[in-house]
Formats: sequence, C-alpha cells, structure tokens
Amino acid sequence: MGNTNKTAGGWGFLALELDGVARAADGDTAGGATALAAAVLAAESAGFHAVTFKDSPAEGRLNALQRAAFAGPLTRSLVLIPEVDTAYTEPFHASTQLASLDYVSGGRAGWIATAEDDPAAAAAVGRSYVAGDGLAQEAAASIEVSRRLWDSWEDGAVIRDVASGRYLDAGKLHYVDFDGPGYSVKGPSIIPRPLQGQLPVLVPASLVGAGLVEPSGVDAVLVSAPTAELLAEEIRDVRERLGGGSPAVVVELDVVLDARGQGAAQRLGDESAIGKPGSGGTDGARRARFAGSAAELADLLTEVLEVADGVRLHPARFDVDFEELSRLVLPELRRRGVLAPVPQDGTFRDLLGLERPASRYAATAVGN
Amino acid sequence: MTQHSRAKYQPSGKLQFGIFFQGVNSGTIWKAAESGSQTDFESFRRIAQTAERGLFAAFFLGEGLRLREHLGRPHELDVAGRPDAQAMLAALAAVTSNIGLVATQNTTYNDPADLAHRLSSLDLLSGGRAAWNIVTTDNAWTGANFRRGGYLDHADRYTHAEAFVETAKRIWDSHDPATGQWQRVLHEGQHYTVDVTPRLPRSAQYRPVLFQAGDSPEGRNFAARQADVIFSAHPKLDDALDFRRDIVERTLDAGRGANDVKIMPASEFILAATPEEARDKKAWVRSLQIGPQQAIAYLEQFWGRELGEYDPDGPLPEIDPVVEETSETRGSGFHGAKARQLADQWRAEAKEKGLSIRQFVSAKTSRVDATFNGSYAEVADRLVEHARTGAVDGFNISPWLIPTGLDDIVNHLVPALQERGVYPTEYAGSTLRENLGLATPERASASAPTESAPLEARV
Ligand SMILES: Cc1cc2nc3c(=O)[nH]c(=O)nc-3n(C[C@H](O)[C@H](O)[C@H](O)COP(=O)(O)O)c2cc1C
Repeated sequence: MGNTNKTAGGWGFLALELDGVARAADGDTAGGATALAAAVLAAESAGFHAVTFKDSPAEGRLNALQRAAFAGPLTRSLVLIPEVDTAYTEPFHASTQLASLDYVSGGRAGWIATAEDDPAAAAAVGRSYVAGDGLAQEAAASIEVSRRLWDSWEDGAVIRDVASGRYLDAGKLHYVDFDGPGYSVKGPSIIPRPLQGQLPVLVPASLVGAGLVEPSGVDAVLVSAPTAELLAEEIRDVRERLGGGSPAVVVELDVVLDARGQGAAQRLGDESAIGKPGSGGTDGARRARFAGSAAELADLLTEVLEVADGVRLHPARFDVDFEELSRLVLPELRRRGVLAPVPQDGTFRDLLGLERPASRYAATAVGN
Repeated sequence: MTQHSRAKYQPSGKLQFGIFFQGVNSGTIWKAAESGSQTDFESFRRIAQTAERGLFAAFFLGEGLRLREHLGRPHELDVAGRPDAQAMLAALAAVTSNIGLVATQNTTYNDPADLAHRLSSLDLLSGGRAAWNIVTTDNAWTGANFRRGGYLDHADRYTHAEAFVETAKRIWDSHDPATGQWQRVLHEGQHYTVDVTPRLPRSAQYRPVLFQAGDSPEGRNFAARQADVIFSAHPKLDDALDFRRDIVERTLDAGRGANDVKIMPASEFILAATPEEARDKKAWVRSLQIGPQQAIAYLEQFWGRELGEYDPDGPLPEIDPVVEETSETRGSGFHGAKARQLADQWRAEAKEKGLSIRQFVSAKTSRVDATFNGSYAEVADRLVEHARTGAVDGFNISPWLIPTGLDDIVNHLVPALQERGVYPTEYAGSTLRENLGLATPERASASAPTESAPLEARV
C-alpha cells in the first residue's frame, strides 16, 4: 500500500492519551498535579511525540486545556493536545485559551475539536441539545472562529514604534465579522497571533466532510474502527471520502498489554484492571482495542503507521501499560525506523510537516 | 452560617502583597530598553517567581474580552494582547509553589457550570492556590464577541453576578466527601439555567478564594455578601480608612464578621534608594507612560473627534466634544460621563493648575493617590501606618515594567517592611486561603435542597 503520510522525515508519530492521570480523587486534594508532571516528563523521555487530554465530563477529570497548559513549562519537545468542545463552549474563549496554550508551550499546542453529543452537557450551560449534523455545524463554526481570530493579529502587529508612540499597528489588526449558526463574533482577538500562526486542528472523522467540517479547515482527522483489523480499510475509506488534499490521519487505538505477569486476555477479563471496554471514541464511535504482547503491538503499529500519519494510544491502565510501551514498544518501533524524529525546539506544525501559514488577512487593505 | 455579633474590626497589623499583571493599560511602559514581552511565557515566569521570592500572596491576571478601540479602530498606543488568565495561571502553577493564582473572570460572558469547573481545575492543579476575581463588565460592545451578545442590562449586572456566584458556590459545595458523591445543582433564573452534576472534589483550600473588583454601592454590597477579598481602588490612607469603615459596616449588615472581608487596593510603587532618586524616577516613569500621542488620544476619547492638530505641550482644546455620551470602547469604567460638561470642567481645572495637555492627562491617568513614591525607607514607614490602622490588608501592585518591575520591591521594600514587623517572613502555608489568613468555608449541609430558590427572582 502506498504511503501517503504527511509527517515530516519519518513514517508517523505517537500520541499518548493521559486520561486517568491526574484525576482528582477523594482525599487527593493536590488534584494529581504531581502525577501529571511525572507522566508528561516520562512520556517525553520515552520518546512519545505528543500527549492528548480528554475533556468530556467524567468524575475527577480536570479541565483538559489547563492540564495541557500545566505541562507546557515542564516539557521541551512534547506536543500538547487538549480536547476542547465546540458545541457548548464560547468560541471566543476557546480561541483565546488555545492561543494561550501555544504561548505557554512555545508553539507545541494542538486542538482536538470535539462536539459533545450529550444532553447533560447542554443542560449544564442551559442550551438546547444539539445532535446529528448540528454538531458538525457547531464544530465547523467554532473552528472557523478560532482560525479567523488567530489570524486577526497579523504577524508583527506588535510594532513597539517609539517614534510614532505606537505599540500596535492597527493596520495589522482585523475584525473577523463571523456570522454563524445563531451567533456572531466581531474580533479581533485579545491575544497576538499564536506562535505557530495556526494551531493544528484535529477533528474526529465523523464530523468531517462536505456540508460538515470542511476537510480544508482540518489538519488531521481522528479515525476509529470497531476492531484493529478494520483500521486499514477505514483509513482508506476516510481518505477516499475526503479526497485528494485530505488532512493527515491519526488512528485511535485502545491498548491492553501483557504486563506484570498478567496476560492481556487475563487483564481483559478483569474489568477493575482495565476499565470499561469498548466505546468512548472521541466521536462516540467504537475504538479498536489491541490486546496482546508488546511485540505484537509493535507489529500492528508498524502496519498502521504505514497508512496513517499518527496513532493516539489509549492505555487501559496508564501506569501499567505505559511501562510496557516505554520499555518495549517504543524502542522496537525506533529500531525499525517507523517513528518520525522528535523535532527539537520544534512546533506541532513541524511534526506534521506543515508550513507556518501567513495570516489570511495579511494581503487585505489596512484597517479592514 | 454562624451568627456573628457586631464585633469590632480588628486590624491584623500585617500587610500582604499581590502583583497585578495588567497586560492591557497605559501604566505598563513598553518604550524602555528593559521592557520585555507581554505574551512570552518567560515574562510571566520571571515576574511570578520574583513575586514568590518576595513572599507575595497572589499573582493576578486582568481580563478584557474585547480589544480596546479608539475612534472606531483598535487602540494602538498602549500594551495589549493578554493571554487567557486561567491558561496562563495553570502554566504558572507548574513553576511556582506558594503564590496564589488569581484569574479575573467576567460573570456576563461565562457560563457558571463551565467557569466553576475550570476554576476548580486550577485550584486542584495548583494545590489550593486559585482565586477568582469577579468582575461584571456587561457592555454590548464586549458582547459582540459572544454567543449571547449584549443581553444584560447594566442595572442587572450584580443581580446576575450574584446568582452566578451562588451557583458556583453550590457547585463547589456539591461534593460530599463522606459518600464520594456529588449533588446535582439546578438553577433556573432570569438570565440562564444550570442543570449539572459536578465532578470535581474539594481542593486543599476547599474552593477557590473569591476576590471582587467593582466600586459602586451595588458592587460593595455584593462583595460584603460574597467575597473573601476586595480588590479596591482606594490605597491612600484616609480613603482606605473610609473604605474599610464602609466595608466593615456592609459586611456586618450582611451577617458576616467584621474581619471576614480583606481589602487589597490597586497600587503602583516607584521606589529608589534616596528620595531624590525616587522623584527623578517618577518623572521618567510618567514620561514613558503618557507620551504626547497618548495624551492627545486620551482627550480624543472624551472629545469623540481627532485632536491631532493640538500641541500636547499646549493648553486643552477650546473646541467642544462631538459626543454627548463618551464611548465604552476602552473597556470598563469610561461610560456615563457627559462629554461637554466634562470638557468644561477639565479646561477649567487645567487652566487653574497651569497644566499642558500632557501634564493634565498624566495627572488624570496616573491616579496620583494610587502611587507610592519615595525611598524604600520612606515608603516602608508610610505602609506601616496602613498596617497599624488596619486600613488595608495589603496591596495589589501593578508593576510599570515587565518582567523586572518587582525587583526593587522584592529586594528592598520587602526587607524594610519585614524589619518593621508588618510583612510575612515566610509563607504561612501552601494554600492561598492559609496565606491570606482566611477561614475555610463551611460546607453547605448535604441535605440542602438541590433545587435553588431562583435567586434572581428573589432579589
Ligand atoms: C481595581 C480594579 C480592577 C479591575 N479590573 C478589571 C479587569 O481586569 N477586567 C474587567 O473586566 N473589569 C475590571 N474591573 C471592573 C469592575 O470589576 C467592574 O466590572 C466594573 O467596575 C463595574 O462594576 P461597578 O459598577 O461596581 O464599578 C476592575 C475594577 C477595579 C476597581
């Protein structure tokens, strides 16, 4: 099968989902900050390219963007990708928060744009429940608002020109005048253009397509399939559906490894050891689950990274599975030359092989 | 709630410092060689760590949800472009260990369940160091960036804010440590409804500390009922004493103890080794804060027209403003004044004092009474009076340089205050509540009704 990967200088990247780390539990009033710091440092030194942070409502789960921001100053090369909902959040806030994450991480931020499909999430903020294509439309609108706001300060808008007494050049600041489904956003942003210009935006494949989130507005799609065997076919279908200049593909994969003297099959039979099976994909789609040895996982990932640009691993038990991943799986994948090099002092865009784009407003007339 | 007798206010005799990173204002000098970035994380890390070295209780970030404008286009002359408060504070939590992290967040353009969850997250991540500076900015100009637009009447801002804060407190109270369960929180009000089952436990300081900034009588009553600390606008000793008396009265009326609400006014420090050097430094600071362009722009904002042809070193313009009401587009605080009346008043005032445009604007914007200027020893002596009389519990210092603007204060003023016995010599604890000397809130009883009486309807 032809390698259509976009990732720079290698086959693909590995992102590690950190859910379960730093869950605030009774009596743990530190909110797991120590565990979070340890986990991101361990992920970075194990050679993971990125970590992701789930955000849909769950007991003890702290706000994802804040966990990512906390990790920013602690890490050097690790890409930090929080989920931020688009259906029930304020697009203006989301845009500012994500741009801020890019600043505190030195350009290592990404965004998994989710659309919460949950009446409870609607009720929490007193909005009507959005379902079906409405969710994709909310996601499309919110992403468009962020992208415009990120561009609304052109590069170099902060001029610090002592002679004219101007800190800013208003000619490089732009109203975004977004008119969307039921709301509008004026702009400009309240924070300068993110370090990366535009943060890479990852979107569940189910939300992407004609009339949904346009593929051109997406840097990577998250692809799920019910089983690991079906992943290659699903990736092919998604690429076909999204057409030629389609976004990068990142595969969602649950992982249960033989560990600590227990076989994966054994661990699977013991729910307390692995958490609930099955669903819980970013888009509610079923996520494939791998259960087996480290060597078998290395084989699967080698196959998958031949057709995908990256994999997001969801360890069943962070501490248990992370140990096996870092000790056995990543070294083997590196030995096989399957992994993209970790960009040193690079950005998430560098990892994805994306240029830093000019602001969409850069060519327009002054003051517009 | 425990019943307090109308016991007298007891001064603690101590002061605390906070640093207010403004990010959008004319007080921050960007024209000096040592003026650093307003957005790079290193600026924030440097100043937060300096503050922590000086045992500051809190690091504040301001908020403004629309870029300031001047005569219909973005205002160019002052620093602007401030990171999101909570994202920045979460990052700072990773590189600090004792200082409180205070996020200014608006009640009008946030949702209570979402904001309460994010503040709780910050509180947990920081080991109990988070606070919320509650502001109520409500104008439709800001609303143009949000889903709901300008939905709120100015008159309703505190009714709304209070219902919002009550809801947030119920969310933070909803966790029952005995059962590990959360109570569902319902609120149906005039402006929003909330139906949420919260999902975070209490933090090391129970819940985020609440600051309030807003000086109207409604704002003060709101603070007296809800806040732990007031971020006030009255640092000068006699004003501060008046304000303290007023707040103690209101706090007692609200059924709380005389010492339950702390006061930390906004302030600026321009210090040097000798009084002469300090005076020179102040002149230098002022000249960089209000340059000729800023002086003209300041007047243009009230005149509603371009005044570029006027000499900044000459008298105030003799022509009249073209607007009846001044615009709100600089953010909060500028609404309401009748422009022509104001212009007459200002011309008379400038003439009487013999001030040029630049001198007049500099005096107007620098809030003379918010500035402590002098040698380290002089200023330390003045501050001892604030501590002794109980006029304030501390100061929220706006540095005029980023990121080195606290160096003088931490290296020289703090030791001078410590020698005088009015400033802490170590952190009292690891949470903000401990460091501010605030009591832990009592959890609302687990059997409290889950359905709230609609507070907005009651008021
Ligand atoms: C010292 C001080 C600092 C303030 N900082 C902010 C701020 O950063 N962002 C904001 O939106 N409002 C800020 N405000 C405005 C008030 O919080 C409030 O929303 C406004 O003054 C209206 O309330 P009021 O009528 O009670 O004054 C500040 C007010 C004071 C006194």
